[in-house]
Amino acid sequence: MSKPAKQIHLAAHFPGVNNTTVWSDPAAGSHIEFDSFRHFAQTAERGKFDFLFLAEGLRLREQNGQIYDLDVVGRPDTFTVLAALAAVTEHLGLTGTINSTFNEPYEVARQFASLDHLSGGRAAWNVVTSWDAFTGENFRRGGFLAQGDRYERARTFLRTATELWDSWQGDEVLADAARGQFLSTPKAGAFAHHDRFFDIEGQFNVPRSPQGRPVIFQAGDSDEGRDFAAASADAIFSRHSTLSDGQAFYKDVKGRLGRFGRTHDQLLILPAATFVLGDTDAEAADLARQVRRAQVSPQTALRFIEQLWNRELPDFDVDGPLPAFDPVVSDNLVSKGRASVRQFAKDPVALAGEWRERAQAGHLSAREVVIEVTGRQSFIGSPQTIARTINDLVQADAADGYILVPHITPGGLDPFVDRVVPLLQELGTFRADYTGTTLRDHLGLVPLGRPGATGATGAGGSLA
Amino acid sequence: MAAPTNPLHLAVALDGAGWHPAAWREPDAEPGRLFTPGYWTGLVARAERGLLDFVTIEDGLDLQSDDRAVRDQRTDRVRGRLDAVLIAARVAPVTRHIGLVPTAITTHTEPFHLSKAIATLDYVSGGRAGVRVQIAGRADTAAHFGRREIPPRRVEPGMRRLSAEPDMQRLAADHFDEAADYVEVLRRLWDSWEDDAEIRDVATGRFIDRDKLHYIEFEGRWFAVQGPSITPRPPQGQPVVAALGHAEVPYRLIARAADVGFVTPRDRAHAAQIVAEVRGEEAAAKRTVAHLFADVVVFLDDNAGAARARRQRLDERAGAAYASDAHIFTGTPAELADLLLDWREAGLTGFRLRPATLPHDLAQVTMRLVPQLQRRGAFRAAYPEAGWPASLRGLLGLSRPANRYGPEAQEHSLAAGHGRKRSPR
Repeated sequence: MSKPAKQIHLAAHFPGVNNTTVWSDPAAGSHIEFDSFRHFAQTAERGKFDFLFLAEGLRLREQNGQIYDLDVVGRPDTFTVLAALAAVTEHLGLTGTINSTFNEPYEVARQFASLDHLSGGRAAWNVVTSWDAFTGENFRRGGFLAQGDRYERARTFLRTATELWDSWQGDEVLADAARGQFLSTPKAGAFAHHDRFFDIEGQFNVPRSPQGRPVIFQAGDSDEGRDFAAASADAIFSRHSTLSDGQAFYKDVKGRLGRFGRTHDQLLILPAATFVLGDTDAEAADLARQVRRAQVSPQTALRFIEQLWNRELPDFDVDGPLPAFDPVVSDNLVSKGRASVRQFAKDPVALAGEWRERAQAGHLSAREVVIEVTGRQSFIGSPQTIARTINDLVQADAADGYILVPHITPGGLDPFVDRVVPLLQELGTFRADYTGTTLRDHLGLVPLGRPGATGATGAGGSLA
Repeated sequence: MAAPTNPLHLAVALDGAGWHPAAWREPDAEPGRLFTPGYWTGLVARAERGLLDFVTIEDGLDLQSDDRAVRDQRTDRVRGRLDAVLIAARVAPVTRHIGLVPTAITTHTEPFHLSKAIATLDYVSGGRAGVRVQIAGRADTAAHFGRREIPPRRVEPGMRRLSAEPDMQRLAADHFDEAADYVEVLRRLWDSWEDDAEIRDVATGRFIDRDKLHYIEFEGRWFAVQGPSITPRPPQGQPVVAALGHAEVPYRLIARAADVGFVTPRDRAHAAQIVAEVRGEEAAAKRTVAHLFADVVVFLDDNAGAARARRQRLDERAGAAYASDAHIFTGTPAELADLLLDWREAGLTGFRLRPATLPHDLAQVTMRLVPQLQRRGAFRAAYPEAGWPASLRGLLGLSRPANRYGPEAQEHSLAAGHGRKRSPR
């Protein structure tokens, strides 16, 4: 007998500040105005999506010592936009990426607890950690963290924030006017946390929120990052969207849960995915080629080549061959504030060799190579093809669902909601309507019990 | 009705169930809803129906305390708060006209984060954002962050002012200086994008003209911030900055940093004295503060006896006579209108009313006081429908400031012969 079909989880990632977002399309709207966010969120809610996802960046990117000007630049404050979106949606989860390096636990904990109250239990936190002094130049303490401290500080930050959320049990606010008792105890919110990262104590000032705490997302891919997620997260925002990669990642991470006393259903694997939709598969494939060319303009192709070769190439012709010489190997990168460049920096000479081989094999210009190697289109096809593909991937345990990133703001999600979602609903593997009110409900996560009660899953739980 | 020629500006300060400690026990209070969005949208919608300029929302990085020096252990008062900036953001899409001025603490937070948060509040509200900056001087609050030592303070019983010890005074002065630096960083970051920086030039592949983005390169005693902001210049250019002060040091902060200063005169003569003190600080700071509002706590009823009886009943429930840093008014809306128009003659341009109880005293303001002021030609009869006049700066009669980094400002500074220009007005 076959096991029952898994339910698919879907989320919408507001298009970001990478070259995947095609701002040059005539249909592309503002990345800042609230109307764009409202439209995007309400479209996701119309499609019964689990949640909306916002990324974050705390310093504008630079290349060759200048602000990078070819991609979308600028975005609003994550918390503020999510709180405003809570006013124009009813069910949609609201997930914000917030850096643990440039914040303090007390402030972040009360912002997420506030967001959870103000949204009726729909808040989620994608916990990221940063370490670069470049971003740190915008903050009081600077940003440098030793390599070995990165996850340790993030783990400790999350554990500390969880202690703050758990400092209210949920029944302290009596608001008993007749007896004149507002709180049941003067100790509400009492906490003390002393270690080498956070030496704090006192009283947290936000009563326990509808979900108890925000749903916790984690995005790291390293061995340490996977352990961090297996120990503490409710969901992983991964980059493994294909069948074989997805299955390997899924198996690996779910396999780690037992070590932390957790079960298979306590951590969802949600890869980021893009899509190009057409009336037919052939039309979609053609559209996908056009989108890739728009994503990699000649100027963008040159910047990618400079990132890998790690030097300025002012007179380089991207319609000709790749440079014949090898990249500059140095810790001092021409590109700053961009996570993907670290992949380039691991072994730039070997990677340049691979790029040249692809160029030779396919008779490709430099720009065409960049278009090929940077292409990140997960699902290309007709609505039927995409619905079937997503369902098959989820049923094959390559994922529990996907976080979809359209390439057009704010309307890029609409065709997916209008044409793919109904097919998934027909398959019976995606909700026809919301059945709960909180994001935990949508994700199928059991409600948190009282803090400290047995069986309560604790974010930031201790690592074995 | 013709638009008033010399309108009064009115704001209401929202805090919990109201400013009286027993307010939450009133029959019309909703103490069980203080942590729900509906409570706040309801109050702000009510304030908007009264055509008020803005609401402020109190905040703090600690549990409220009746004792200004340390955390008290009371359970008979409202304790706990939601983040005020996020309350304002939650309210913004469901209101259309009223300004939203949350409180933010400058002592333990990052100016970079607050700058983009207020810029974003300005976007989500369509140009109605402000921020009231406040310092946090309590030792137990500092222990929530563990980044700096603030020694415990002593407040002698019955003393209104904090300790007069020199080291305490120096510490307070430091906190206010830090707040002034903080606002300077907010303002520079808001200007760090010129308005037309986003060009979307397909021919050259450029989304922005990076020459129109500016490093702010702020370096001070407490922090250095490089910039530019990650958020483009907000609709108002410069959202409204407010600060409350009771003495010389905070007056200096108001003069250096604020568009709206909240002050606490006891009477008209005291108001005139405070206005003169702030004007003196303005001369030193080489800028002017657009508005000085007096804070007044209000107990309002249709007859004065009822207001007094209500105040007395509240005091009995609280177990103490209500005291405040601000003047406490108890009476009818008509009497309050008389007082506001009288005090205005001392050089004040508006008032921030602190309702003793919610929603009662807020309703008295919007349904009784406002019509009184309208009849006297001292308050607007309607909000401006759209455009700049409908922004918060517009409601306050302020223009959209030139960008300090823009070509206009550069010409100005060259003409003036110095590099650092005055804050744009």
